[in-house]
Amino acid sequence: MKPAPFRYADPGSLDEALAVLVAEGDGAKVLAGGQSLLPLLSMRLAAPSTLVDINRVPGLSAVDVSADGVRVGALVRHNTLLHDEAAAGVQPLLGRATANVAHPAIRNRGTTVGSIAHADPSGEMTSVLALTGGSVTVATPSGVDTVDWQDFFVGPLETSVHGPAVVTSAFFPALPARSGTAFEEVARRKGDYAVCGAGVVVTLDADRKVERALASYVSVGLTPEVHDLTDAVVGAPVEKADWAAAGELARTLVDPDTDIHASADYRRLLVGVLTERTLAAAAAEAAGRVS
Amino acid sequence: MTTKLFGEPVRRREDQRLITGKGRYLDDIGAQALAAAFVRSPHAHARIVDIDVDEALEVEGLIAIYTYEDLHGPMAEPLPVLIPHPQLHAPRTGYPLANGEVNHVGEPVVMVVATDRYVAEDAAERIVVTYEELPVVVGVDQAREARIAVHEEIPDNVAARHHQETGDVEPALAAAPRTLSFTQYIERSACTPMEGKGVHAKWDADDSSLRVYTSTQASTSVRAAIAAKLELSLDKVEVIAPDVGGGFGVKIVHPWPEELLVPMAAIALGQEVKWTEDRREHFIGSAHERQQRQEITVGYDDDGRITALDVHVWHDNGAYTPYGIIVPIVTATQLVGPYVIPVYRVIVESVYTNTVIVTPYRGAGRPQGCYAMERTMDRIADDLGLDRALVRERNLIQPEQFPYDHHLTFQDGRPVIYDSGDYPGLMRKLKDLVGWSEAEKLRADAEARGKLLGVGMAMYVEGTGPGPYEGGHVQVLGSGKVLVSTGLTSQGQGHETAFAQIVASELGVPIEDVEVTTGDTRRFGYAVGTFASRAAVMSGNAIALAARGVREKALRIAADVLEASPDDLEIDEGLIQVKGVPGTSIPLRTVAVLSNPLRYAFDEAAKQATQFAGPGDDSKPPVAPGDAPGLEHRDYYSPIRSTFASGAHAAIVEIDPATWEIDVVKYAVVHDCGNVVNPMIVEGQVHGGVAQGVGGALYERMAYDGDGQLQNASFMDFLMPYASEVPDVVIDHQETPSPLNPLGIKGAGEAGVIPGTAALASAIEDAVGRRIAAMPISPTELYDLVRSPDSEMTATAQRRAGTGVMA
Repeated sequence: MKPAPFRYADPGSLDEALAVLVAEGDGAKVLAGGQSLLPLLSMRLAAPSTLVDINRVPGLSAVDVSADGVRVGALVRHNTLLHDEAAAGVQPLLGRATANVAHPAIRNRGTTVGSIAHADPSGEMTSVLALTGGSVTVATPSGVDTVDWQDFFVGPLETSVHGPAVVTSAFFPALPARSGTAFEEVARRKGDYAVCGAGVVVTLDADRKVERALASYVSVGLTPEVHDLTDAVVGAPVEKADWAAAGELARTLVDPDTDIHASADYRRLLVGVLTERTLAAAAAEAAGRVS
Repeated sequence: MTTKLFGEPVRRREDQRLITGKGRYLDDIGAQALAAAFVRSPHAHARIVDIDVDEALEVEGLIAIYTYEDLHGPMAEPLPVLIPHPQLHAPRTGYPLANGEVNHVGEPVVMVVATDRYVAEDAAERIVVTYEELPVVVGVDQAREARIAVHEEIPDNVAARHHQETGDVEPALAAAPRTLSFTQYIERSACTPMEGKGVHAKWDADDSSLRVYTSTQASTSVRAAIAAKLELSLDKVEVIAPDVGGGFGVKIVHPWPEELLVPMAAIALGQEVKWTEDRREHFIGSAHERQQRQEITVGYDDDGRITALDVHVWHDNGAYTPYGIIVPIVTATQLVGPYVIPVYRVIVESVYTNTVIVTPYRGAGRPQGCYAMERTMDRIADDLGLDRALVRERNLIQPEQFPYDHHLTFQDGRPVIYDSGDYPGLMRKLKDLVGWSEAEKLRADAEARGKLLGVGMAMYVEGTGPGPYEGGHVQVLGSGKVLVSTGLTSQGQGHETAFAQIVASELGVPIEDVEVTTGDTRRFGYAVGTFASRAAVMSGNAIALAARGVREKALRIAADVLEASPDDLEIDEGLIQVKGVPGTSIPLRTVAVLSNPLRYAFDEAAKQATQFAGPGDDSKPPVAPGDAPGLEHRDYYSPIRSTFASGAHAAIVEIDPATWEIDVVKYAVVHDCGNVVNPMIVEGQVHGGVAQGVGGALYERMAYDGDGQLQNASFMDFLMPYASEVPDVVIDHQETPSPLNPLGIKGAGEAGVIPGTAALASAIEDAVGRRIAAMPISPTELYDLVRSPDSEMTATAQRRAGTGVMA
């Protein structure tokens, strides 16, 4: 459980980081919080030739909150986001989801953007990026691009970004008006990767009738997906909406896998249960925002 | 009054060191040592065709590579079968490094020594071993089918057929008013101590002597094994167990291949060599326990009294049997628990599989036996529509029946004779503690909240403190310091505190003056080891006897000085005085100086002692015949047989019928380990045991696939419970002292884990009304069970459905 030999660089600027990545080629890997990467190295499941540690790169540690949404820099730790009240005011899913990320020690080091760049479908923040319709900013030697979440996640642990690049931030759009959110997981042990997790956004119309219901899941499917469950509940007064029907619909839309912790059937069961529970909670929150 | 610390909740003296990072564990030793790493088999069953080390030779920092070809003399022979048994008819052990064949993933094939562990792993990665894969046996059922043999020359895969019976079971069953037959399973878990194994060896060429540190539960036996295998004189080998970060059984196995290979390399290279096991190595290269298939037939009357019990167990012993059939014997003999079983027959077939070896893990076969017996009690109650507690009560051995002879032979070869106990007392306390009579009300309350609530219980009797012996040495220095040593090792049990309490109480000295050393062959050469809940019983009593010997000698010398009879003297706070005559006293430390006629005045103590020294009798030698200089005594405790502790656990679970998550909302323990040395330590042992019991029942499982690959060889996927998963434990004590040993104590180390699986299975079954016949159980499995048309509804659930309680 000792990593294979690698070179280590800790550039002091983004340009320098990109220059190192260009020079080192495909074998280079960006290190931010290291909570996923270092175990892979120790188990020799990954053997990059160079680690490019971006922790000294300035300008990547900010959480910028605006009316449009929350931009999270590449060095923002989960724990920072968890306790950022301004961010939660604009997009409550950020705090609610990060509370489910592993344990405090991991949240203190692990970065939200790193977890998104790792593209693990068991990660909470990949799912939240999708659910909120977010995007990432990618710096390459030829410039800075914005990549929407749909174009970013390609497969498990795989993104569309190749070659020398640093994901410098993630942007989570603000919660729409008359909306509420909820996030809930079932995990075998507290802090484990979820057996199944669900994040939802419910939007009501001015008459407190359901206008929209979206859900995204954790540990279900190969990449994050957003499922539109509006059809099951659209137009229903918020107190009378059939959230169970939305849960039933969700179960038909997902395609979970079996692993040693849960069968696909069990995950599908949880998708239904968590969908029903989170939608009800999110709708109640939304109702509080429609006067 | 003398200093009475025995029985007091003295804070653990070792905790300051251990919890502030000042412990000295194996990997803290020998920072400059060369590092060993191992190439381990990636296949569960294969022939080794070729080992190509050429590429590894180019790694800078490589020192040496060893394969089987490099082993000579006793090292080239198979590892020992530690505990042979006539019924272990086909024992097999591996070699220190694989000799042509591997039988489980993780078996060591090549040892690499390099300047550090990184380099050693770099070199190991470049070694190419070519294998010819062979068919693989995983699990008891596949082993007993015997379509594939693990060891070619053992076609039925059966290593041992352990058989005991107390009467003619077949006619007894035929005559029984009622019988039940069923089959159930229990899965593999493992000790998983926080610190894995590890070995550090240093050869002193000038002195031709070897010092080995190893993270072991048996340093004296490791010493003997190293001396034998490396052909060294015993006096040239010393073995020390430093602070050990948990054992739970896996470190009683010895010699592990690494415990021989690392010293071998240290001698050959003339340099310090160290190996620290990593977590993956521990999962695939150490030991597991618990998997059994249990076929049970029980005969009983209409009141639920058992008339006959017939048990056939298939026990998965993994690839080899270095630890003999201890686990099967323990299951077979401890299964009967606190009950009168008029006729009992048990057969345990111990079978080979292509998986990690099976050796004792805390409980060592008892959790399986308890699971068999207690689930039998639940089935009888279910069949008869009786309260599960009542059925147990009707079968309990009564207090006036002690000593109670089960007519079985225990793991130590001695008869299973329970020395003392009060099992109805345990049951009374348990029912009060858990609120057994409130169960139906709790069930209704939970139902109103949308939860399924169930209660379960399990009782056990645990043979503890098996022999053959342990020893203790107590020495009082001129400084007043009291040195205590015993040969068995410590893995966090609190021996430094408990043994010091015993000596302080026996000798009448402040506990601060007492220093305890364990597991160091330089201090104590004869020992058996720390396992089978035996340290307090065995070394505790040996140390007490040694302290009594010191006390006797101290009083004899003091009586001389004070011109009093020893019978009139007492020791309190380190001062020997004539009872009832204040001022007529002599410090114990001064007696220590006087005990040695060679009295160079190196220090104040020696100078002070001269005022007490008499003129001496010219007609006698300075050291009388039969006496010895110094105030010290060594003694041994060797019990006639094991002493039997007991207990009862109850659990209340709540299950969410939407997600099938299982929440243990209450866990109650009544515990009887005879006289208690330190109740705080005993409760800590119970808490830890319950945590492992809950782990084994609800979370942990060694998930082998059909190819013999362990799919969860990390703490990410092997679900050892966190503090957040372990329920609060409520404890009540009962004390039935053992008549077998001077201190009246029984072992407490393993107890907490034993009934966990049985009690939780009982509670879950009670909650969901479906038969639980395989443990552990996870939410996904519970979901499969409740919706399966093949799962059996309990009669209790059918009765409840009929009355609408749980329609």
